Amino acid sequence: MTGIEILFALLGAVAVAAALLVVGSPNLVHAALWLVVTLGALAGCYLLLTAEFVAWVQVLIYVGAVVVLLLFGLMLTRAPIGYSAELTSGNRWAAAIVAGATGGTLITVIIEAFRREYIELHGGVAGASRGIGETIFRYWVLPFEILSVLLLAALVGAVVLSRRNPDEARPAAGATAGAPGLAGGSDGTGRPGGGDRLDAGSGTARGPAGAAAPTVPAQDGDRTASVSESTGSQGGAR
Amino acid sequence: MHLLYPLVLSALLFSVGIYGVLARRNAILVLMSVELMLNAVNLNFVAFDVWLGDRLHAGQVFTLYVITIAAAEIGLGLAIVLLVFRQRETADIDTLRDLGERQHEAMLEPDRGGAR
Repeated sequence: MTGIEILFALLGAVAVAAALLVVGSPNLVHAALWLVVTLGALAGCYLLLTAEFVAWVQVLIYVGAVVVLLLFGLMLTRAPIGYSAELTSGNRWAAAIVAGATGGTLITVIIEAFRREYIELHGGVAGASRGIGETIFRYWVLPFEILSVLLLAALVGAVVLSRRNPDEARPAAGATAGAPGLAGGSDGTGRPGGGDRLDAGSGTARGPAGAAAPTVPAQDGDRTASVSESTGSQGGAR
Repeated sequence: MHLLYPLVLSALLFSVGIYGVLARRNAILVLMSVELMLNAVNLNFVAFDVWLGDRLHAGQVFTLYVITIAAAEIGLGLAIVLLVFRQRETADIDTLRDLGERQHEAMLEPDRGGAR
């Protein structure tokens, strides 16, 4: 067992332990932060495999962007911050059996197939950014361009998906436009408008507690009634 | 380095990801588990690329593509989760059973409270 193998085994142990915490932690935010540890340890594994460029891309995109995006998602879905026992469903034993069977099968097959294979790591760096860049832009240009189109499509799709319906959009925009007046409070027009809207919204138990509340549709009940209510109060305030 | 180290690590990560996808209830946690599985596949790509000494670096280039696609996937997935949350006030995939069979619906009727 060489030094590189020991280092790889240590990083792998860190990655697997953090991954177990990602899928097992009773705290949502902690799960997202353990995902950072897993991805960082995997970046270390890439470095040990001399894939430098992939390692830094992993750090940049996964740790930098994807985890932040996930944390945003947790925040926007108002996920329970802190301990909650509800995060794992009742079929966890079936899931554990399936996962164990998959892992056992894969590891058995892999050990049988690649028992005597060694990676030659002393022949230079296999994944320096110069070589990767030359191969991408010499031999893999077409997939690269297709991928950029796919990213654009995903971007447009995400924007379209997270847009509101046209009938929903107007009161939401009015409410966010009214919010600075509510926060500033010094001008005379913002005050009564805010007060009216709070009165109208008090039926849904959503008062001044959430500053971001008006951008989200009503809690429950029929949405159209509350939307028309808020448009009515907006119209009355102006 | 023995080839088994990265391969076994990636198999372990993949099975942990499968457990997470099947056992977690929050949709965002399911997305995190999908990320774990994608990372296991990436490790396999890099390991085989380095093992084969590929002159075109197909494994590493493909890993970069998979990372990009994972970023696109997580963006779209989060948009869908946010849409579901805006409609249903929950991101709990165990209660999203409108397309399920009838007995599930009957089972879930009491704790939905007849709100809709």
